[in-house]
Amino acid sequence: MIKINEKLCKGCSICVYFCPVGVLKTSEKLNRKGYFLPTPVREDKCTKCRFCEQICPEFAIHITDE
Amino acid sequence: MDIREKYLKNYENKTIFSLGNEAVVYGALFAGCNFFAGYPITPSSEIAKVMARELPKVDGYCLQMEDEIASIAAVIGASWSGAKAMTATSGPGFSLMMENIGYAVMTETPCVIVNVQRSGPSTGQATKPAQGDIMQARWGTHGDHEIIALSPSSVQECFDLAIECFNLAERYRTPVIFLMDGEIAHLREKLVIPPLKNIHVVERKKAKAEENIFGGKLVPPMSEIGEGKFIHVTGSTHKEDGMRDIESQLVHDTLVRRLYAKVDQNREKIVKTEERFLEDAKTAVVAYGATARPAFGAVLKMRNKKIGFMRLITIWPFPKKQIMRLGEKVERIYVPELNLGQVSREIERFVNCEVVPISKIGGIPHTVDEIYHFIKEKEQW
Amino acid sequence: MVIDKQEQRMIKYLRREVLPTTFCQGCGCGTILNAYVKALDDLEIDPREVVSVTGIGCSSWIPSPNFHGDTLHTTHGRAIAFATGVKVMKPDMKVVVIAGDGDLIGIGGNHLMHAARRNIGVTVFLVNNFVYGMTGGQSSPTTPMGIPTASSPYKNIESPFNIAEVVSACGANYVARWTTYHVFSLVDSMKHAIQKKGFSFVEIISQCPMNYGRYVKRRTGVELLQYFKENSINVEKAKDMSEDELNGKFVVGELIERNRREFTEQLRVLNKKIIQKNLG
Repeated sequence: MIKINEKLCKGCSICVYFCPVGVLKTSEKLNRKGYFLPTPVREDKCTKCRFCEQICPEFAIHITDE
Repeated sequence: MDIREKYLKNYENKTIFSLGNEAVVYGALFAGCNFFAGYPITPSSEIAKVMARELPKVDGYCLQMEDEIASIAAVIGASWSGAKAMTATSGPGFSLMMENIGYAVMTETPCVIVNVQRSGPSTGQATKPAQGDIMQARWGTHGDHEIIALSPSSVQECFDLAIECFNLAERYRTPVIFLMDGEIAHLREKLVIPPLKNIHVVERKKAKAEENIFGGKLVPPMSEIGEGKFIHVTGSTHKEDGMRDIESQLVHDTLVRRLYAKVDQNREKIVKTEERFLEDAKTAVVAYGATARPAFGAVLKMRNKKIGFMRLITIWPFPKKQIMRLGEKVERIYVPELNLGQVSREIERFVNCEVVPISKIGGIPHTVDEIYHFIKEKEQW
Repeated sequence: MVIDKQEQRMIKYLRREVLPTTFCQGCGCGTILNAYVKALDDLEIDPREVVSVTGIGCSSWIPSPNFHGDTLHTTHGRAIAFATGVKVMKPDMKVVVIAGDGDLIGIGGNHLMHAARRNIGVTVFLVNNFVYGMTGGQSSPTTPMGIPTASSPYKNIESPFNIAEVVSACGANYVARWTTYHVFSLVDSMKHAIQKKGFSFVEIISQCPMNYGRYVKRRTGVELLQYFKENSINVEKAKDMSEDELNGKFVVGELIERNRREFTEQLRVLNKKIIQKNLG
């Protein structure tokens, strides 16, 4: 499962743009600090390559084994 | 018996015909110095030279760095890694070290910086002695701070005070400056090494598990790198646990005032002076370092007059009380020094009597007769 | 939206109370922190065996205060010199310097060269974002020619350093270059650098959207990373390319690997000999 930490995310969208299979999309919802968070839209396509997890500058996204 | 003790045992009770710079090294070794980083510069080079030869014998490490900035940086890094560390330099190198001396003040890093003063400004007379860095030692690094600086007047004192420098650095967790001059550094005279058991060495106070290392006490205990305490050391304004806080006025005020107070409030414990013939004195000579020698010679020549002598062993923190007391007693204070009046101006701040500098620059120290005639003429004796 | 109650696993290496980081949106510094702790985690290194030494600038804030381990946040440009003192006294620890191009190449270039020459067992992660970010985007020793910056408003007319080549010429045991886009390779290189005996160096091309991006009209982390992605060429492939073809490209990969003797090890061997001789 793709999990996003709303408290830490700064909405840079790097995970959205560089996901090799386009799992994520920038949502229209703002977090408490006013950032647009990423949201998984095609989670079934996720290969668990963890690129998003590794490139995220804020430790705000990770993949669980569920 | 460990390697160091074995080594030191060889030297105790020995009388050596020693160079001032050499005596500093032996003093440092007796104080437990096990790390030295330096860069060649006249007239301090012999310190690095002898260190490089002797330090490995006690399993210490002597590094020649790429410049003086790196030297003091390595010294601070080593100190945080548990070493008793020292560097030695002269004016131009001392200037380069200033920023990191401030870092050592701010991070409360015990270390010893030897500055063998030579004639400045700039390259000046590289091989000639001077006492022109008195104020630089006090105020060279930016921002409010206190500093400890000692000045030796003999080869024996190069040894004794080198140990004292390390002890003060550990006791007050602060950089200590050993303000020598080219004259004493290159003087060769008798050095008596005392028995090992008579040498008092102050060891670093280690912090307990949950103790803060940047506050809570006037002089907080210290932790070292690798103890698993996950210390955070920064030259930025920091809280008692070491974490950076550059916004709070209170945090900065508390920190900087404490750094100031730990030296200022212990002034009487730190300060050392030597007083001679002051009981009935109406005139006094105040001197330090190499200049104290001809100054005392001149005083001896005038023993039939009511003239006394005070030698400043501690330059910073300034011997305020001692000088104030002297100022109340005498009518005039003469201050011979190898600069244009740095200590004499400081004395003026604390006394109401007349202060007369006997300044000399250009690399040739005062003679006894020069000081003698100057005072005699002025006093119309 | 899936809101996470668990944390990303690597956060256990961070000083939780300082999060989120102080870095700007899309800054590469956080990615480098992420890669740094991943490398330590992969190697199963106890953080107690690591000391991070940094200088001044945004990239010096990568471990200070974020990384939960011994941290020396030192003066501008001098991190490697401080680290030298640490490594000599603590030769068994992993001594890692993380700082920027302005810090390590500009004001501290001398220490970088000499540490590589000395081949002391310090690992340097140089964060190259082509600019002095913290002070507002002045040109640095790696700013490409022709680019306007805060201190070269018309354009930068100076040639940049190819710092990885310089460090490798100085004698470092390991030199690599990656960008913040190549995170997996970066983690691998960091692991290798941390394990490598002697001086190891990884140049990490990183993005500063705020104070570099605005001068090159790529104002987001995404745009700059896209640029890194498109213009990176692996060192193996670059061998067959001309200088003109490589102009403006980032040559990434492992540039040098050698096995010169490490400095502190030699110091210890020397001390042992001297002590034996001296004590007869």
